[in-house]
This record gives sequence, structure tokens and C-alpha cells, in this order.
Amino acid sequence: MRLTAAQRHKVSITLNGQTVTAEAEPRLLLSDFLRQTLAARGTHVGCEHGVCGACTVLIDGAPARSCLTLAVQADGCRVDTVEGLAPATGRLSALQAAFQRHHALQCGFCTPGILMSMDHLLAHDPTPDEARIREVLSGHLCRCTGYHPIIAAVTEAAARIQAETNHA
Amino acid sequence: MKPAAFDYIRARSLDEATALLRAEGGDARILAGGQSLMAMINMRLVRPTLLIDVMQVPDAATPRLEGGALVVPLGTRQAAVLARPTLAAEVPLLAQALPWVGHVQTRARGTVCGSVAHADPSAEIPLVLAALGGAVHIRGRKRRIVPVAEFLTGMMQTALTDGELIEAVSFPCHTGGQAFAEYGRRHGDFALVAVAAVVSGPAVRLAVGGVNDTPALRDWPALDEAQIDDALNDLAWSLEARTDLHATARLRRDLVRRLGRHVIERARACA
Repeated sequence: MRLTAAQRHKVSITLNGQTVTAEAEPRLLLSDFLRQTLAARGTHVGCEHGVCGACTVLIDGAPARSCLTLAVQADGCRVDTVEGLAPATGRLSALQAAFQRHHALQCGFCTPGILMSMDHLLAHDPTPDEARIREVLSGHLCRCTGYHPIIAAVTEAAARIQAETNHA
Repeated sequence: MKPAAFDYIRARSLDEATALLRAEGGDARILAGGQSLMAMINMRLVRPTLLIDVMQVPDAATPRLEGGALVVPLGTRQAAVLARPTLAAEVPLLAQALPWVGHVQTRARGTVCGSVAHADPSAEIPLVLAALGGAVHIRGRKRRIVPVAEFLTGMMQTALTDGELIEAVSFPCHTGGQAFAEYGRRHGDFALVAVAAVVSGPAVRLAVGGVNDTPALRDWPALDEAQIDDALNDLAWSLEARTDLHATARLRRDLVRRLGRHVIERARACA
């Protein structure tokens, strides 16, 4: 079905486990659909041409730039954002807590995207070496931290998650 | 930095997609992974009237071995090809080059055919295709198969005409040694220079990306240790190396010589 430019069309996504439906013009970016239409403002928008990585979310389980994806393309997809990381209100995930401990963020603009990439990394590669972490981090720009605290945080989070998994 | 307005349609078949391309004239664009096209659309460097999303076309996401080549259809994402367990045995050059294509976050969406259609002079996938003598399978009213050297006609320019799309690209499975290397300022940046070597017996082919508008190819029937430096120096000076914000022409020539030797030696070691 042809979705016309001037009209808004129904788009349904499963956002952090909950099905949500709203309307979008074909030209609306997924990043703006999340922030403006669905008021899920955890995802940040930086360069809007796929370079900075701030808007990274998971689409059907894979990390992706939400600024390079149209809302209508995501129709029917699962979308996971930084809002879905914390296990409960007032609690942080192991990765988020490690970011806090290691000062892996300063201004925090790039952080939601980096958290999504690293959450995905740890879910698929629970014991990444530094080279692997750096490779995944290369898809993000951070102008505050110099990246080292981020690498330290991810390394520690991986170890903690491993320890908890072994303990359980 | 927001796209101008366009219509959008999910094509259910390639026949539907090509019919839409014809009906719309030159203003429709095929949307696959969107990792190059969407950036251009956001910057309004491209203003299509219609985007035809081909990612839901049946069977478009499954590569297949056919006639001694790995045929990758238009809906196949780069990450899916990289994750193919047999890739290193089938097309070692592609297995070596794909980790250099963008980042994890862009390879998860970007397609192999989309990179060829975009035809960026620094792009790894067109370079690999050129080094291996691969082909582009084009579909419009009719189908045609074009060698990649004829397909890439200039910087971000291809032999596609209005009403045509890339149905698949095919990477020949060679038996000789293959090696890839590139240099950029950061991992995932566009390559300043990328090189691919394919050796078969005494014969050596070197493909160079990031210097000319399209991948540059040089074949030597044989290349011994006494000849290699002169041969690479001749090649480096024969290219149209330019000075820009990112690198001087001199650095680019030097990278052609150094990376060229490196990949030829590596390709020979695994031949």
C-alpha cells in the first residue's frame, strides 16, 4: 500500500515490550517518532546523518541508528531504547551502574546510544575483550570522556554480570 | 536535517518495485538498509518523490552459491553476510573486508547491494567486487548482468538507468590467495586508501579504493621480489591521487605502495 507524503499513517511498534500505535508521515524519522510522537525522550538526536551514534536503538534486537530509519520502516518491529534498560524504577542495570561508578558519562548526550550498543554487545558476547569493546564503541562519538572510562565501565559490567550468572 | 516529503511503499515483489520505478520516472528511489540513502535524504542531497522499500521482498535476504559465485540479493544485510559461517571459505576477501564497512550499528541495517548502488569511491564492498571480477545483476523491464568494472561509472555514479534496480551482486569464489587492508583516521571512517590483492599462481591483481573515483585495478602476470616496489610505485603514480582535507596526494600514494606490498605478501602467504 502506498503511504502518501501529506498524510499520517498508522505505525505500530513494540517499544520496550509494549505495543504502541501512533501516526506518522512517511518522512518522519524513527528518532523523532520516538521522541516527539511517543514522548520517549531517552533516545537522543545528534548529527541526524548516522555518524554520531547518539540515537542508536535496537530494532528487532540489532543496534541501529534511529535517525537513518523511517518510522514507517519500523512498523511491525520491536524497538528497544534506553528507557527499557533499568530493571525497575529507581534501579539501574549492571551496565548503567558501572557507567555511573566509572564516570563513563559527563554531559550524557551520547550515553543512551552507547548503552544500547553495549547492552547488545554484552547480551551476545558476555566476555568481550577490550578490542571488541573498542570496535563497538567506534560507532559512537563522545566529546567528554575520552572513552577510557566507558571501556572500563563495560569491562566491569561484563565481569559483574558473569559473576552473577555463575552465582545463580 | 529532516527529510523533505515523499511517498513510501513496501514492495511485495521485484516486479512491483520495477513497475513503480517506471511509473514514477526518475524521482523514485529504492530503499534497502538506508545507511547511505537516508543520510543523503536527511541532508536533502536527494529528494525522491517515492521511496520503494524492498526489504520485505520474499527471498531477498538469503545469499546463495550459484555458478561458482556467492550471489547476494538486494535485501541481504551486511551483518548477515558477515555472520555466514562459510564466508571465509567461499569469499575470503569479503570476509576480511566486511568488518571494515562502517560500524556494527550500520552493518546491522546496511545491505551489500545498497553499498554497490551507492558507489562511494572509498567503499569496501564495491572494491572487493571489482578485485574479484564480480558482477551486478540488474533488473528493469528485462534482466541484465553487468561486470562491476562497467557498472561503476564514476564517483557515486553507476550504469543503472531509470526503471532499473540491483537485484543481486555476485562474488566469484576463487581458489587463490586474497587479502584486504585499509587505512583511515579511525575505524569505521571512510578509507583514505583501501587495497585488495588476489593472487593466482604467479599472477597478481591489486585493486585500490579511495584514490580514484572508482576502484582502480592493476594486473601483473608475475611479480617477483625485485619488481614489486617499482611496480607498486608505477601504480601509485598512475592513479589520480588528490590532496584534500583528509590526506595529501603524497600520503595516498605512499599508502598504495605500503598497503599494496602488505596485501600482496599476505595473499601469497595464504595462496
